[in-house]
Amino acid sequence: MTLKIIVKGKAEGIALVAKNPMNFLGAVDKKTGKVRDEKHDLFGKSLAEKILVFPFGVGSSVGAYTIYSLKSNKCAPQAMICLKADLTTASGCALANIPLVVASKEEYNSIKDGTKILLDAENGKIL
Amino acid sequence: MDLTKDEEAALEGEQGESLALAYRVLVAIGEATDADRLLPVEWAHLSGINYNTIGDAGEEFLSRLSKDAKFKIKTTLNPMGFDFDTVSKYNLDDEFIKKQSSIKNSYEKMGAIPSFSCIPYEIFDLPKNGTNVSFAESNAAIYVNSISKLKTNKEGAFSALASALTGKSPFSDLRKDETRDPNLTIRMKVNKKDELAFGLLGYYAGKVAGSSVSISGVKDLDKRSCKSLCAGMGTSGTCGMFTFGDAKGETVDFDKKEMQTIHDELNTADSGDIITLGSPQLGLDEISNLAGMLKGRTFKKRCLVFCPRAIQEQARKFGYAKEIERAGGELLYDCCICLTPLIDKKNVDSVITNSVKGAYYLHTSNGVDVNLKNLSQIVEEETK
Repeated sequence: MTLKIIVKGKAEGIALVAKNPMNFLGAVDKKTGKVRDEKHDLFGKSLAEKILVFPFGVGSSVGAYTIYSLKSNKCAPQAMICLKADLTTASGCALANIPLVVASKEEYNSIKDGTKILLDAENGKIL
Repeated sequence: MDLTKDEEAALEGEQGESLALAYRVLVAIGEATDADRLLPVEWAHLSGINYNTIGDAGEEFLSRLSKDAKFKIKTTLNPMGFDFDTVSKYNLDDEFIKKQSSIKNSYEKMGAIPSFSCIPYEIFDLPKNGTNVSFAESNAAIYVNSISKLKTNKEGAFSALASALTGKSPFSDLRKDETRDPNLTIRMKVNKKDELAFGLLGYYAGKVAGSSVSISGVKDLDKRSCKSLCAGMGTSGTCGMFTFGDAKGETVDFDKKEMQTIHDELNTADSGDIITLGSPQLGLDEISNLAGMLKGRTFKKRCLVFCPRAIQEQARKFGYAKEIERAGGELLYDCCICLTPLIDKKNVDSVITNSVKGAYYLHTSNGVDVNLKNLSQIVEEETK
């Protein structure tokens, strides 16, 4: 188990796995938590209450405020798991107090979309 | 990352949610950039002031944060979208003015100095060599790292904000001496050494360099060219400082052909509807120099000149403002070229500027075409 804890905490939820990187500012509706970018593989799906699993964040650093807004609007993911920590996602999860970990490639690939997982970002474990 | 007992307690919320939030940001960024601890910093310079850059989400966040948060160290601010003294002249929509006003109030409530300037290094006294600061404005971070011998990373809006609230920053990247040591040298091979050439050199350097770069073949860089170099570099990449001379490691040439390629990329028009000067904002010597160049001349089109409020006051005192205004220029303060709502594609198709940074943002954010040429050429061609 090799998880790097970026923002600690514990969360339980259904894994929502994205193939594409996330652009929070452009691609996510901060009022509903739905992905509104038609080109994104999660188009039309809601991030609310999910454990969001995606490679890394892209786009404007202002996207961090979008993550904060998702939380304020009660439609944020419970937690996020990435392959690479970008500063926008790290800052946004920190502002919003959403647990965030970076997983090894092997561990990342073992997470199946739609399964229920328990993320312990205090001790660095996915159960 | 190793935290002290006090830092750990603040992270756990023992000193309130605002400080917990600030420490969460520092720890998250620190973990993401492999820092092993936090360091004290003496001064934070914040970006994310202009409503155009942070939007509703940013405005709401700052409004909530400012209910109880207070800045712990000297905190200065980047430009906003316009200045409140002359905004009524510019026909902006009320919503923008209301949101910008809320952002301004939130920062001031938390204790920021209302500098609204991207050149804090020209309007404030600087701490002694080697002092750690946290500067989010890229041209300013590069300038103070390279010229003023302070230490900062090229901070983002959130890391600098967290530094302002805590007085700390992760010990990573350019805060470490070994990272400050450049491993690439760029040889300046262009004979024409005006501020535009240095802006383009900076833009090139930002693209090819890592954290730090050395520049050789450059002597006696004046302030205008130096600021242009910093701003160009900050626009195109992650490079956060430069030194002069030859460094160990690889060497590349910046020649006429390379310069032309970048110029062609950023120059999208043969002329423009208006002229803008001041990205970075102009300092007093640049304003005085401009006033001198404009003697006996009048602009053929509108010319917006951006500088800090403090510089504008001095420019008035010394008569430079009067000379620039006589020539048809408008002196604006508290804002700058980048992302100002005063330049909008609804009213303007193309803009003339000598700023590489200005050209990039005018094109990508304001959506207008840009005619990029040096100041002498602007005065020569656009005045009578």
